Amino acid sequence: MTAALELVCPAGNPASLKAAVDAGADVVYAGFADDTNARNFPGLNFTRPQMKDGIAYAHEHGCGVFIAINTYARAGNPDPWRTAIDDAAALGADAVILADIGLLDYAQRSQPRLRRHLSVQASASNPEAIGFYHKAFGVKRVVLPRVLTVKEIAALNARIPVETEVFAFGGMCVMAEGRCSLSSYVTGQSPNTDGVCSPASHVGYEKRDGKLISRLGDFTLNIFSEDEAAGYPTLCKGRFVTEGQASYLFEEPASLNVLGLLSELAEAGVSALKIEGRQRGRAYVSQVVKTFRNAVDAAGRGEKVAAGELDAMTEGGRDTTGAYEKIWH
Amino acid sequence: MTETLSLGPLLFHWDAEKKRDFYFRIADESCFDTVYVGEVVCSKRAPFFAPYLTEVVERLQRGGKQVILSTLALIMSEPEMEHVINLPETTDLLIEANDIGTAALLTGRPHVIGPFVNVYNEGTLEYLANQGAVRVSLPWELPSESLAALAKSATVELEVQIFGRMALAISARCYHARAHGLHKSKCQFVCAEDANGMSVETLDGEDFLSVNGCQTLSHTVCNLMDELESLREIGIQAFRISPHAIDMVAIGQTFRDVLDGETSAAEGQRKLADSVHFAPFSNGFYHGEDGAAYVS
Repeated sequence: MTAALELVCPAGNPASLKAAVDAGADVVYAGFADDTNARNFPGLNFTRPQMKDGIAYAHEHGCGVFIAINTYARAGNPDPWRTAIDDAAALGADAVILADIGLLDYAQRSQPRLRRHLSVQASASNPEAIGFYHKAFGVKRVVLPRVLTVKEIAALNARIPVETEVFAFGGMCVMAEGRCSLSSYVTGQSPNTDGVCSPASHVGYEKRDGKLISRLGDFTLNIFSEDEAAGYPTLCKGRFVTEGQASYLFEEPASLNVLGLLSELAEAGVSALKIEGRQRGRAYVSQVVKTFRNAVDAAGRGEKVAAGELDAMTEGGRDTTGAYEKIWH
Repeated sequence: MTETLSLGPLLFHWDAEKKRDFYFRIADESCFDTVYVGEVVCSKRAPFFAPYLTEVVERLQRGGKQVILSTLALIMSEPEMEHVINLPETTDLLIEANDIGTAALLTGRPHVIGPFVNVYNEGTLEYLANQGAVRVSLPWELPSESLAALAKSATVELEVQIFGRMALAISARCYHARAHGLHKSKCQFVCAEDANGMSVETLDGEDFLSVNGCQTLSHTVCNLMDELESLREIGIQAFRISPHAIDMVAIGQTFRDVLDGETSAAEGQRKLADSVHFAPFSNGFYHGEDGAAYVS
């Protein structure tokens, strides 16, 4: 018998936080409304008073709150990041999710009682890296980069002294997280320091000969014919030409979905499942969290879980198990 | 004072003998002070060059070069890690860690932190210096303000790439194999077909990126010739040139001559433009713009 998987759910704003808590999240994760977190989009995230209220609501309902401070502090100006860590402790967060070595070091020294998790943005994919973050900064949990197979995760869990959290549903980076400057190359905004990837401010659409062209910065990311559904131009989900052939070179538009892998992940020693989507609305969060709540509970009772239940919530109506299965690589 | 001019690790999968001969020429004819060798991108490639590594290192050292052994940027499996774990005992060379796991193994022994490790601020820099890093090669996307702030607090040598395509991303997935309809496990080493990376264009025919196995590089070639003086002023002491299938001896000499004041940056630019025909130059990251931009 393996322990139940903890369900860690996205809260991009107070309404989504409430929706996630009400739908059965074990934990919600959220960020402050600035570039200290990796979903720094206009209109998203929490002011300090909103975070205080959100934590109170979650705690009243038996749900935890993790605060993501998972961008890299800018040289010459670490204060916004350090203040975020101190505020997270003062507000009573259950953990902070950090990626930057300088900030982990600061958090350990300034807020030793605040639990520290390692963000996926740190891209720690082997026992030596994870062991380092544990030993040096007392990290208790690592969010694994989306590069490992379930088999590799099992081997890793056998060799590390910390909990692992893996991505379960939603948008999926195909590059090692925190080590990708593709968006920065095209827009000048860095996922690592500005907390945005393929930002809407640099997205443009134009009509040409009945076709819809989506652009990011100065580059065309896709051309859709009338019968195709146009997706958001996230850089690595664009259609490009290599060797004279057009294809989704990096990844087809699809959402990660591990509903069909829950028992395998639990057996691999995973402690928690993370649902991506702080940029999503309340209805989406509610439905995805409810479905996963039921599925995790069913898997805990040894029942089989169908993978297809969230098809309507996936990008382009397609899902993938991504790197968890060898065939993806 | 004289800055260090380095030749970064060869990122592309060239034929092993071509690679050996490339390094022999670098050893015998080039002006580089430091040469990085070793596979950074894909563990499957490493065995091809392994038989030549010792003689290449010896030849480079005889040529007066400091040789630094570069290591994998993304370590995902036990066999990959085992290769790195054994390194400290099997080599006296300075090792460049490109994954924090490798850096952890090198704690207490002098080592280099490569540009694939995220060093964005003074706190991280200081921590890694205390662990034994003697040189830190900084990420490509840092703007000059960040480089200056880091240089101001640094107790170790800082290196910045001044020439070559920029390594923008690394993945578990091999896009070279994928573009050829192959799986990574049976990739037939198709990445060897493209000596400077495989060209990626947009559907509108714009030159965009360059794929090198599991790595995605910029299409443009970073060129900080005009920024050398500023880099020097803010305290950057080592300059990295990333190798491509062009005359790297000449490229190195062009930068050396400008650093030594033998020729002007304008003359250096003219020589670079004559040597590089496969892609335009960029310097946007340094100026806080998009990395693909060229700010004149």
